[in-house]
Amino acid sequence: MKIKVVSNILKANDSIAEKNRQLFKENKLFVINLISSPGAGKTSLLERTIKTLNSKISIGVIEGDIATTRDAERIEKTGARVIQINTNGACHLDSNMVRTALQNFPLNGLDILFIENVGNLVCPANFNLGEDIKAVVLSVTEGDDKPKKYPGIFREAKILIINKTDLLPYTDCSIDKIKKESLEINPDLNIFEVSCRSGEGFDEWCNYIVSLSN
Amino acid sequence: MHELSIVQNILEIAESEARKNNAAKIIKVWLKIGEMSGVVADSITFCFEALKSNTIARDAELLIDHVPLTGRCKNCGNNFQISNYIFKCNTCNNTDIEIISGRELFVDELEVE
Repeated sequence: MKIKVVSNILKANDSIAEKNRQLFKENKLFVINLISSPGAGKTSLLERTIKTLNSKISIGVIEGDIATTRDAERIEKTGARVIQINTNGACHLDSNMVRTALQNFPLNGLDILFIENVGNLVCPANFNLGEDIKAVVLSVTEGDDKPKKYPGIFREAKILIINKTDLLPYTDCSIDKIKKESLEINPDLNIFEVSCRSGEGFDEWCNYIVSLSN
Repeated sequence: MHELSIVQNILEIAESEARKNNAAKIIKVWLKIGEMSGVVADSITFCFEALKSNTIARDAELLIDHVPLTGRCKNCGNNFQISNYIFKCNTCNNTDIEIISGRELFVDELEVE
């Protein structure tokens, strides 16, 4: 006997993500799922963004890593509210991990919540966490071929942050190529060029974050 | 590499549908996997073989239907296959394209007894 099923394999994740989304909405929070390969600068971006915006808006962070609390410790030093999730091997955060973390993470008073995903440009694109938008960070040292190599996340994201622009003279990377090829995948992508080390590009980026909190 | 957890979900869906239909055994499982679904079909098959042994799908065959990435132009209505991930209409050059296939990741059909 044949049975027609047509069942989304990720529906279990999607239904919990929907509950998270509801909770974020009740708390009037704007939530950004931050995705990149390891070492692109997600935590550095958050550190500098939080320090720059400390007096203007309240930012919370959920840190996802396979192991260690190193990133949460870095964020804690900025004074922001933070909680660490360890996936113990899993290559991405899923909505249930976030749901569980939220039990010990008060949302009151926050304007923006960043969920820093596990460093990986592939798997996190598939797992909604209940966020408003996904943001992808790509550093110039990774090379300008990445958007076409990982089209899924560049299509899903609303924001692309090109990081480490201070290192551009030491690489063969073309920012124009990154922009051209990522816009071919996603013409609506908002692109920012920053250096988390020098602070270049942070005025524009931080103004944008403030606008999202309103 | 999250294919293992995806296969766990596939087996849960298949077993629950089979039970709903009072089936004792799953013979075939058809999946639809889109070109832009972000999963690797070979890894899905590998994980399925590894995980099925303790389920009523222990003898089941996994069949995968690959779905190409296609889009519809929101300007002229043209339906076309998207190649090289360039989301641009091949008729009017508009870039506002709705994906109509290629994101699929679902259990389509089962054969049970």
